[in-house]
Amino acid sequence: MTTRTAALSALLVLGTTLAAPVTFLSVQNEDQGATKIIGELAREYQKTNPASPYTYQNAPQTDLAQKLQLLAASSSLPTVYNIDQPALLGQLYKTGQAADLEATFKKLGIYNTLNPAAVALIKRQNDGRLVTLPLELNIEGFWYNKAIFAANGLKEPRTWAELVKDAATLNAKGLQPFAASGDQKWPLTRLIGGYAARKYGYDVMDRVKAGTLKLTDPGFVEAARAVQDLGKKNYFGKGVNTVDYATAVDQFLQGKAAMIYMGSWVLSDFNDAARNKIGTQNIGLFNFPAVTGGKGSTNDWSLNTGISTAVNQKFNDADLGNWIKYVFTRYGNKALAESGMITGFTVTQTPRNLPVLTSLTQTKLKAVKNGYLWFEANFSPKATSVATDNAQLLVTGDITPQDYMSKLQDALK
Amino acid sequence: MERTLRDWRAITVFVGPALLLFVVILVVPIVWSLGYTLTEGSVIAGFHFVGLSNYVRLAQDPAFWSALWFSVKYAVLVSAGQVFFGLMLALLYSFYLKRSSVLVRTLVFLPVVLPTVAVAQLFVKLFAIAPQYGFLNSFLHAVHLDDLVQPWLGQGGSAFWVIVVMDVWKAMGLYAVLLYTGLMDIPEDTLEAARLDGAHGWKLTQFIILPLLTPVIVTSLIFSLNGTLKVFDSVLALTGGGPGTSTTPLTLYMYKTSFSYSQYGYGSTIAVALTLLCMIVSLIIIRRSREN
Repeated sequence: MTTRTAALSALLVLGTTLAAPVTFLSVQNEDQGATKIIGELAREYQKTNPASPYTYQNAPQTDLAQKLQLLAASSSLPTVYNIDQPALLGQLYKTGQAADLEATFKKLGIYNTLNPAAVALIKRQNDGRLVTLPLELNIEGFWYNKAIFAANGLKEPRTWAELVKDAATLNAKGLQPFAASGDQKWPLTRLIGGYAARKYGYDVMDRVKAGTLKLTDPGFVEAARAVQDLGKKNYFGKGVNTVDYATAVDQFLQGKAAMIYMGSWVLSDFNDAARNKIGTQNIGLFNFPAVTGGKGSTNDWSLNTGISTAVNQKFNDADLGNWIKYVFTRYGNKALAESGMITGFTVTQTPRNLPVLTSLTQTKLKAVKNGYLWFEANFSPKATSVATDNAQLLVTGDITPQDYMSKLQDALK
Repeated sequence: MERTLRDWRAITVFVGPALLLFVVILVVPIVWSLGYTLTEGSVIAGFHFVGLSNYVRLAQDPAFWSALWFSVKYAVLVSAGQVFFGLMLALLYSFYLKRSSVLVRTLVFLPVVLPTVAVAQLFVKLFAIAPQYGFLNSFLHAVHLDDLVQPWLGQGGSAFWVIVVMDVWKAMGLYAVLLYTGLMDIPEDTLEAARLDGAHGWKLTQFIILPLLTPVIVTSLIFSLNGTLKVFDSVLALTGGGPGTSTTPLTLYMYKTSFSYSQYGYGSTIAVALTLLCMIVSLIIIRRSREN
């Protein structure tokens, strides 16, 4: 080997060692939720490991799939990235651009930091593979204003009929029963999914995926009709389809609506004293109520692990292993202590003063018998769009429950 | 001149660069896109040949036909509105406001230069119902017409008209200026002669101004129709194609199909349909104007 070749090889080796940056492509702002916690831990790691500088990139959620496809086509996906389409993630896994995290975590000896329930949820969504990180563990249900309920002599409803009756009582007194963002569309389909889970059981959408249940079956049409009825009776307020996410949350937090169906990711908004005018002590949570003749149980909850986050297999070497080990053995504790976030990572140090709603959510989570995913979790992007777009027409009565479900069944083909 | 035009070297030097640019920027992508229409797949999974099945699917796709109907309905109404109000404004500038029309022309032209997203936000607020009533609903409430208070952008029928009103309002200033320059070109002698012959008001407009203005009106219509058939930003910013898909034009359907559903082949097929539509409309208008 000539001196020049040796020098060049040395430079290359050095270059490889030095260039191990970690880039996180996220739909969240850098000071928000999981992205904030990861960013802080990564910068901590960078102090002792300057060879692994951390950079953050942002992509709006609406452009995420398109951006990921372009990056993946040129083999330029970042180290860690948000991804909101299971089908796309499956393709990336097959082309070696998404890591098998079960193998990775086991190899690093930190598999026990993952909450088994969260792992099971991710596997159910991704053909039995652990390909995303459980950065959150969210529970979904009806959050309600205790003061409004007490003032009107209402109790947490146990059945759908009781829920509708409560809504009627509130509406008759000029109070808006539910806040919902029809502009975001998914808050409406969540209700259809919840109703179906109570009607057929928690595994309802897995059965639809397997083809043993059809969306045109009577239980689904009943679910669509039940949600349509709420819309037709104006229980979501005027102009539900023009209400954006922040407005819906604010309607609830300003006491203008008595209930909101939402995931526990909303706790960061509930814990924001500037926005929350009704006080965290005044907020309660109940599960999706039972429906007449339904097989589902109110011990089953809708759960999810937040926006999916994958690791690029291309960079999955020893250096990245050290980074993963550092960040994700600390992630669960830090997220809970600093942001009151419940994650899919085990917590070894429980903070003394947990926010009251975080404690409430934890209590509910502990009692979960079976978890189920949201309505469109198994759908293709096209079917998801058919479900959400038409939900707007469903609640305004512009499409019949039968038409809604048959359009959706057609889109599944 | 004739010798220059016969000189292929001169042609190469003068026309070549522009032609090359035209081919690279316009013709190649169109041919490329045509190729995609015969395939299915994505940039990651790869593409495979499917023959004409995307065209068969297009013919049987109700969402395509409803988007096409929206695009045509919207284009006809908005183009007619833009050119009609543009013409009325041009006549106003020319015959009533005369030299003092500069301020009015500037004000009417202002929305043309404003970003569409900003104009859409303005209209969202004007027609809002939640969390607070917008201008229109507040007005209806104030005059005790509460029965008419409604989510203007939250229901397909009224959302369509809001988009139409917005796009007519936004672009009529541009067509007013175009037609005003056309009016300026009509010789004063011709108008004077017509007036001496007793043509005034509507008669003057009908028999002298409109026939002389026809080339500019036709050009305006072609511009407007092609622009409105390709409407994208105002719909996206105002309603996002909703509620449901009731305000989804072909362009938005094409965009969603390609980039949200990752169906590039079918998305390209919709794009080809849109290109054909624009070409047909332009050809019809040009042919009609030649016949006249």
